[in-house]
Amino acid sequence: MPTAERAMFGVTGIFLLTVGLRSGSPFHKLAVGALGAGLAALALSGRSPVATALKIRQNEDGEILVSDAVTIGKSADELYAIWRKLENLPSLMKHLERVEVLDERRSRWTVKAPLGYSGGEVSWEAELTADEPGQRIAWQSLRGAQIENSGEVLFHAAPGDRGTEVVVRLTYRPPGGSAGALIARIAGQEPSQQLRDDLMRFKREQELGYHPTTEGQSSGRVSKGGKA
Amino acid sequence: MKAIIWQGTNHVGVETVPDPTLLLPTDAIVRVTSTAICGSDLHLLDGYIPSMERGDILGHEFMGEVVEVGPGVKKVRVGERVIMPFNLACGVCDPCQRGMFSACDNSNPNHRMAEALYGATSASGLFGYSHLFGGYAGGQAQFVRVPFADVSCFAIESDLRDDQVLFLTDIFPTGYQAAENCAIIPGRDVVAVFGAGPVGQFALRSAQMLGAAEVIVVDRVPERLRLAEAAGARTINYEETDVLVALREATGGRGPDHVIDAVGLEAHGHGPGALLDTAEQKLRLSFDRITALRWAILSCAKGGTVSMPGVYGGLVDKLPLGAAFNKGLTLKMGQTHTHRYVRPLLKRIQEGQIDPSFVITHRAPLSKGPELYKTFREKHDGCIKVVLDPWA
Repeated sequence: MPTAERAMFGVTGIFLLTVGLRSGSPFHKLAVGALGAGLAALALSGRSPVATALKIRQNEDGEILVSDAVTIGKSADELYAIWRKLENLPSLMKHLERVEVLDERRSRWTVKAPLGYSGGEVSWEAELTADEPGQRIAWQSLRGAQIENSGEVLFHAAPGDRGTEVVVRLTYRPPGGSAGALIARIAGQEPSQQLRDDLMRFKREQELGYHPTTEGQSSGRVSKGGKA
Repeated sequence: MKAIIWQGTNHVGVETVPDPTLLLPTDAIVRVTSTAICGSDLHLLDGYIPSMERGDILGHEFMGEVVEVGPGVKKVRVGERVIMPFNLACGVCDPCQRGMFSACDNSNPNHRMAEALYGATSASGLFGYSHLFGGYAGGQAQFVRVPFADVSCFAIESDLRDDQVLFLTDIFPTGYQAAENCAIIPGRDVVAVFGAGPVGQFALRSAQMLGAAEVIVVDRVPERLRLAEAAGARTINYEETDVLVALREATGGRGPDHVIDAVGLEAHGHGPGALLDTAEQKLRLSFDRITALRWAILSCAKGGTVSMPGVYGGLVDKLPLGAAFNKGLTLKMGQTHTHRYVRPLLKRIQEGQIDPSFVITHRAPLSKGPELYKTFREKHDGCIKVVLDPWA
């Protein structure tokens, strides 16, 4: 949880705890007091109950975690090579608009402005923190980034000649903390679903060379082609 | 073209819609010469499979002639007479490579929806069977777009009639896989089949082909039981007798060695479980009525197999899992890996081991389809299987 959110939980918790303990009614004493104590405990732990209830995963620092994995019938070296060309990343991860490589380690990443930002785009500089050919690539936003984030992609052989297991782990601090993440989810920006879609699209691109679709097919709904 | 359209729960109609076009280089367009109504289409009519949309073209048992192929199609040729399995498979992913075509990783564009309901990885795409399974337009129509054409299209070169090969698309392989899943010991094992509809009829005949010592068929519809008897099955009408007692008696108290549930999620039947299922289904608390499955588990012999070709969609309640556990039963289920069976079963047809047209009771033009959906659902007029001609 970000500090503001944490403080809000803490203050509300202590207020309710006090009100509860002062109340003449034993029921109020118990119910309100318990609620207050609970909120205060959450403030101390730093984890947002709203986020937990909605299965928005957070780490100790209150950063949002998103991760997923897919098995693809290609070698780790082939798949690594595609990810290592950072300019390719926007075609792999749909939330990215552009990645410009600045030098060996640094690059500039641009996304469409998420909720809570004005203007059309947000961009930041990132650096590679690990590059192990055929195995792992990791990156982190540099100091001063508007959206602090980091990520890694791992490649390892799936058992039994099934190709490669690709694991992607992303962490970020959304604008507005877990409340911001909640609002983004309601607005349909769902990073874990986005990542799942990205990985399935990557798999199909690699295995089939195209994406199965029904877009534009015939139906009894009014379509562009109109009725025959 | 003319097509049968899902217009909402309990409503299907024939509408004029645009002809299908190639959407991907690996597609083909087939002019449909014969198309059937499947028992599982009734689950769509009745609204038990979620994610149907008004305007969806129905149908997943059809065959015809290839009229157009995309530039990425390597094997299929224009003019070929073909049948297509009801499920779609990419042919290259790991499950497809292992012959588990109905577990294809890549054929369902709506994997997101399927994963939300079924967890882990997505169900494969199906023709004309809701958006959960890809939203692909079906083949109860004059033309159909066939994705993954080289994997989907099986050429029929013999002079067998449509009637004789049409059911290679679904119900024959489905009944066959159900029997194969029982791992029948020839000359020894007794198999019971719940449901004498089209899949049950093929399961019965497949169990016989695989050497079952005896097959017992359970249903309540007299003409369906007669059709099973004609194939040499013993039959039980569950409305006239206690089915569990009758099965025990028929098997020397052991129970059938294997039981096939060819009924699925809209079971009739009676007893407190059946009443509860119906109430829950009406209240949308659960999708599936499972009387047939309960009876299958309770009647099955120790160490036996309960094989489930019948379709289930959602959550079930009061499943006698304790009985299944304590009898050491094996439960086998799932959509048919149809592609695996088309050629071997075509060979059996060519060799005269079976003529699948035995199951057809109604032939009509496509325009009569909507009426016949209802006839089939109500089991009126002796209806067991409907085949439609889109051009009549």
